[in-house]
Amino acid sequence: MKSAAALLKQKFAPLPSCDLKGRPFVNKPSLRKKLAEYKRHPFSLVMMVLVMLSALVTAAIVLWIVIHVIMQGAPNLKASLFELEYDSENLSLMPAFFNTLIIAGMSLLIAVPVGVAAAIFLTEYTSSANKFVAVVRMAAETLAGIPSIVYGIFGMILFVEMLFKGFSLIAGILTMAIMILPLVMRTTEEALRAVPDSFREGSFALGAGKLRTVFRVVLPSAMPGIIAGVILALGRVVGETAALIYTSGTVKAVPDSLFGSGETLAIHMYTLSSEGLHVDEAWATAIVLILLVLVINGAAEFISNKFRKRY
Amino acid sequence: MIRPELRQNVYIRGDAEPPKFRVRDLDLFYGTFQALKSVDMDIEKNEITALIGPSGCGKSTFLKTLDRMNDIIPGCRVSGRVELDGADIYAGGMDVNLLRKRVGMVFQKPNPFPASVYDNIAYGPKTHGVRKKSELDDIVESSLRRAAIWDELKDRLKKSALGLSGGQQQRLCIARALAVKPDVLLMDEPTSALDPISTGKIEELAQELKKDYTIVIVTHNMQQAARISDKTGFFLLGELIEFGGTDEVFDSPRDKRTEDYITGRFG
Repeated sequence: MKSAAALLKQKFAPLPSCDLKGRPFVNKPSLRKKLAEYKRHPFSLVMMVLVMLSALVTAAIVLWIVIHVIMQGAPNLKASLFELEYDSENLSLMPAFFNTLIIAGMSLLIAVPVGVAAAIFLTEYTSSANKFVAVVRMAAETLAGIPSIVYGIFGMILFVEMLFKGFSLIAGILTMAIMILPLVMRTTEEALRAVPDSFREGSFALGAGKLRTVFRVVLPSAMPGIIAGVILALGRVVGETAALIYTSGTVKAVPDSLFGSGETLAIHMYTLSSEGLHVDEAWATAIVLILLVLVINGAAEFISNKFRKRY
Repeated sequence: MIRPELRQNVYIRGDAEPPKFRVRDLDLFYGTFQALKSVDMDIEKNEITALIGPSGCGKSTFLKTLDRMNDIIPGCRVSGRVELDGADIYAGGMDVNLLRKRVGMVFQKPNPFPASVYDNIAYGPKTHGVRKKSELDDIVESSLRRAAIWDELKDRLKKSALGLSGGQQQRLCIARALAVKPDVLLMDEPTSALDPISTGKIEELAQELKKDYTIVIVTHNMQQAARISDKTGFFLLGELIEFGGTDEVFDSPRDKRTEDYITGRFG
């Protein structure tokens, strides 16, 4: 085993500019040569610059937001923000942090199995010419495009007013589950469709049944794609405000049970800043929210790579 | 019953032992398109039967009726009778999974699972209830040995099967098919995606395997059919034009169309 430093050095060592006999490499033209090439195709040059600029602008905007949030928030990251209980002195974000984890985790726990199962049914158990499948798919696509506030109002009427008689985590969880269900289903469906039929055939030809083929061959192959979809869904829940204000409410505490009301980080930010008095703390909370999203994405990337690399 | 006009297509055996597969008056439709037209064929035990013919003639389709792999194609309907050891494989009580365990298949494009060499081989036996590690180890080794690829792969059993060369992948797929202990091995153009050396290895392997298995091979390569097979069937537009001993079919074909095809006048 080489040391990490040695590996890094090896990775970033400059490539030699000529071959072992001292001749320059001929298949890597210099910049001047490349530009001369483009003289004959000025449109190609314009397009290249445009796509490069687009990539730069995208990266720059993300960087700008992150840096801005950190500059505004970092000076306000006080230890008191991380006290377990919230009060109007410390403005702690911890209750909201835990509520976020609870709502995100539980809504995924509901939506992922149902969404993946629905996708399995649509791809593995029905033919693509099936009318019913077309209707379900269209419904899912439509649902995925509905603004979240609509889910919020729906959740408020069904869960808050009719079922649980009041704002509660469970109302928020169920509303979020309904909101991300079509997203999970669609991304899983795409991932399953991307699995080559030759894998399925290989499994059937060995005498494996449908169930075994789906769970032992198709699902593992589709796992990176499914995980990517779950991450997208998770991002929507963590960033959701509108739908949750109307369902899980804005109480700044971790409730005793799922039937109590409690706010998430995003709502916490909203209430802090909308009151106008605690904008600084809102910025600090934003740093935590961004970190949370980064950690989740990193973990998902890690898991997904594990699946990919195994084979 | 063999209809008189088809009698010429049926190879008549001398001895009394029943054939491995007995196919009678087999029709197959994709939607409204008829891909097989009253095919009759007897496939003998421990022989290599080669199916030749131009693209789209129905030879692969016919092969897939023998292990009911056509069942998974929507709109595919089969009529007629296919018997394996005397039992109708399209009869109501037939367990398709058990049928496919008895009748293994190797595909045109090597299709190992995205898993390790070991897991690829162990998948089939596990499917059929083998759980013990030691038993699985034995099956993996013996299957790879039978497919003449043990020496190449014994040190990389835990490595991904997708990292193997095309020829190795195809022999791995043969080993995978052998691991469930079938009686019959169906091969759908198993060498069409391979280089000449890998092709040679697979042909040798087929010769070796026919001692213990009945092999049916679809091939585009007429030299291959002539080299390795005992019987040859020539398909054209969904019909079995000629079926008989490979030497007879190649040296003195009875049908003008067979002669035209094997002498390279079309197809």
